[in-house]
Amino acid sequence: MKLDAKIPSGPIAEKWSKHKFEMKLVNPANKRKYSVIVVGTGLAGASAAASMAELGYNVKAFCFQDSPRRAHSIAAQGGINAAKNYQNDGDSVFRLFYDTVKGGDFRSREANVHRLAEVSTAIIDQCVAQGVPFAREYGGLLANRSFGGAQVSRTFYARGQTGQQLLLGAYSALSRQIGLGKVQMYPRTEMLDVVLVDGHAKGIVVRNLVTGEVKSYAADAVVLATGGYGNVFYLSTNAMACNVTAAYRAYKRGAAFANPCYTQIHPTCIPVSGEYQSKLTLMSESLRNDGRIWVPKSADDKRAPNDIPEADRDYYLERKYPSFGNLAPRDISSRAAKEVCDEGRGVGDTGLGVYLDFADAINRLGEDTIRERYGNLFDMYERITADNPYKVPMRIFPASHYTMGGLWVDYNLESTIPGLFVLGEANFSDHGANRLGASALMQGLADGYFVIPYTIANYFAAAGAKNLSPDGKDFKRTEDEVNERTRKLLSINGKRSVDSFHRELGKIMWDYCGMARNRKGLETALQKIPELREQFWQDVRVLGTNEELNMSLENAGRVADFLEFAEVMCEDALDREESCGAHFREEYQTEDGEALRNDKKYTYVAAWEYKGVGTKPELHKEPLEFENVKLATRSYK
Amino acid sequence: MNLTLHVWRQKNAHDKGRMEVYQARDISEHMSFLEMLDVVNEQLVEQGIDPIHFDHDCREGICGTCSLVINGAPHGHQKATTTCQLHMRHFSDGDHIYIEPFRAKAFPVIKDLVVDRSAFDRIMQAGGFVSVNTGGIPDANAIPIPKYFAEKAMDAAACIGCGACVAACKNASAMLFVGAKVSQFAHLPQGQVERERRVRAMVAQMDAEGFGNCTNQYECEAVCPKEISVEVIAKMNREYLRAATKKS
Repeated sequence: MKLDAKIPSGPIAEKWSKHKFEMKLVNPANKRKYSVIVVGTGLAGASAAASMAELGYNVKAFCFQDSPRRAHSIAAQGGINAAKNYQNDGDSVFRLFYDTVKGGDFRSREANVHRLAEVSTAIIDQCVAQGVPFAREYGGLLANRSFGGAQVSRTFYARGQTGQQLLLGAYSALSRQIGLGKVQMYPRTEMLDVVLVDGHAKGIVVRNLVTGEVKSYAADAVVLATGGYGNVFYLSTNAMACNVTAAYRAYKRGAAFANPCYTQIHPTCIPVSGEYQSKLTLMSESLRNDGRIWVPKSADDKRAPNDIPEADRDYYLERKYPSFGNLAPRDISSRAAKEVCDEGRGVGDTGLGVYLDFADAINRLGEDTIRERYGNLFDMYERITADNPYKVPMRIFPASHYTMGGLWVDYNLESTIPGLFVLGEANFSDHGANRLGASALMQGLADGYFVIPYTIANYFAAAGAKNLSPDGKDFKRTEDEVNERTRKLLSINGKRSVDSFHRELGKIMWDYCGMARNRKGLETALQKIPELREQFWQDVRVLGTNEELNMSLENAGRVADFLEFAEVMCEDALDREESCGAHFREEYQTEDGEALRNDKKYTYVAAWEYKGVGTKPELHKEPLEFENVKLATRSYK
Repeated sequence: MNLTLHVWRQKNAHDKGRMEVYQARDISEHMSFLEMLDVVNEQLVEQGIDPIHFDHDCREGICGTCSLVINGAPHGHQKATTTCQLHMRHFSDGDHIYIEPFRAKAFPVIKDLVVDRSAFDRIMQAGGFVSVNTGGIPDANAIPIPKYFAEKAMDAAACIGCGACVAACKNASAMLFVGAKVSQFAHLPQGQVERERRVRAMVAQMDAEGFGNCTNQYECEAVCPKEISVEVIAKMNREYLRAATKKS
């Protein structure tokens, strides 16, 4: 396997323009001869499907949800970044680029990040034109807020529902193309494999989740926009059905998986309340604009939060990072929370929680202003915990939230399988070892609206329209493999539920490959995971048949893939003997407990090649070159 | 706490369906309603009984996937709350809970508590969009929008498309859902160009899907987890009337 990132030459600010000019085009009359499959209809998938259909390509779009509007992008609360500099506070494309590279702890590809910052401004224009109701000032212009890891206000938002409104915008564009007949939409349909013909991705095998029918679809290219793998931890802020399956099956067919150990733990989630817990709920990072995070100074202090006087409180983020304070980036804030809880100063029944306090902000701005800014988040918090955050501080704790790792892609967003493109959270490209808040929405829409429509033409023009039939032998062979696997899952008839395996895997990953990792723990995980996988294939119980709606069967397939994928993640975490961004190896830290990078040895993207289940994957390295941002120790002090 | 569940079981669209009784034991008050069903399902699987199928995904009240009619109310009796955000602390030991699917002609049952809401997607495909392609858009601040209208549009846009409004309505009317989208665009300059065409197309599709009409009972507003106001229905009616007087 050879990794060629295909980064255009020339100065960073001109690379994308130059590349757009140099790429081949498909003339308007020929576009209708090409077809493309898009899997996933979140921000990246829906925007890609709509934009490519508008250009004239024939698009087939697939999602496992009952409607394309339900993809998990919808849950993003806080906002979307764009280098508009509407606030006159010194923002620019270069600053957004710089902040993102720095926020990612110098482990992302400069050229991709710069392109992201460049197209960010057009995204906001596009969304406004679609009727996305962003927050506005009294003068009628767009409002902004600040977000972690930045010292300018560049985040656009729609109350606490920004992801929802952006997704509904992309969904409306997609719906329009479905209505016009340019997109064939297949909801409740799950991709279970990718089909290669002569080494190129030319189709997928899917299961109709209502009838159980397994079927192939052919196209001239396949685009995966299937999200991240945060549910490998079982408990995460992801939706219940988020999974690694589509990406993992592509990996098994030859797509390299990059930086799987970069998993973001979000600092502000509602703490776990019991064993039965099925998911964790995020409280938007935007709350850190007005909320102050603290724990009692003493581990023995068991008073109610409002009874603890100022002098006995430790506002640890403000103390340790005076210039960024409560707005320190996510990885740093999460680790700081873990640290104070490890010291026994955590709050709540479990001791796994810290306070997020709005008393000062309410005194300063009044309850009405706080309600206007965060009302729906406060309501959500109260519904879940039965505590009123206007009166008592919220309790929060870090939880698995986003995965920076993903399938390796070049500058064109093409994976190591020709014709297989990967967008949004499913790829690895833009966030390095840590993603800044309000950048996921930006990347999903950048990839879908403004990158793939250009780069796919370049592929089509070179590869030509094949008009393949999904009845060919490569399709049949892949279908047979999919059917065999389903048959196997249904025939085990063991004793344990699918969820019990998922929970156990999640615990292994959280304990040994979570917020902090070390060699011994990772080696333990690498021993436990294959044992658990073996048990799964001997003792899992999946009731019902294939020929019906069978949610246990769907889940079993997804958990089976997590049980293999988890090993790749641990191998990657073990290989990377440094701490960077969200990847914190306890062996590698500074005296005051900050991440200690090793730029000499690890300034590379780790791209793993599949070598068989239970066999260590082969590591390929894409060296990262920093020509525009000077490698430095990240400091938010 | 211990509870008795009466749950609608239906093997597929052709099965007649019936209520079955299950016991839910040792339920914590901190569980969400769906976590309570997870626990029951684990027990059913142990006993070799097919687990209860229900739609759910984000479990934070925003994706609109979860449904269920709980004790006669879509999403249960807690105000402004989806089923996934409903917690067991609102129930008491010994309660009988009746769990049924959203029922409407336009929402056929697929299995157990899972219904087909694709009619909503087809209404959106008929006109729930602004016809702009990607690219070539003027600057986002080129058209100022008064905060009041932006907020009004956002109020309507908050709809999560769950379908509780339809399930609550004796006419199975989708007018709160359709009205929400029509209102969002009617309040924004971007929506003006296709104003008449949009409302005509969406209403025609709504009728074709078999949804009924509004007879002003406001059950939809009462159950809406996002508190969409029936004002949007009035707005849609006004838009529809306006469109009837115009050629376009």
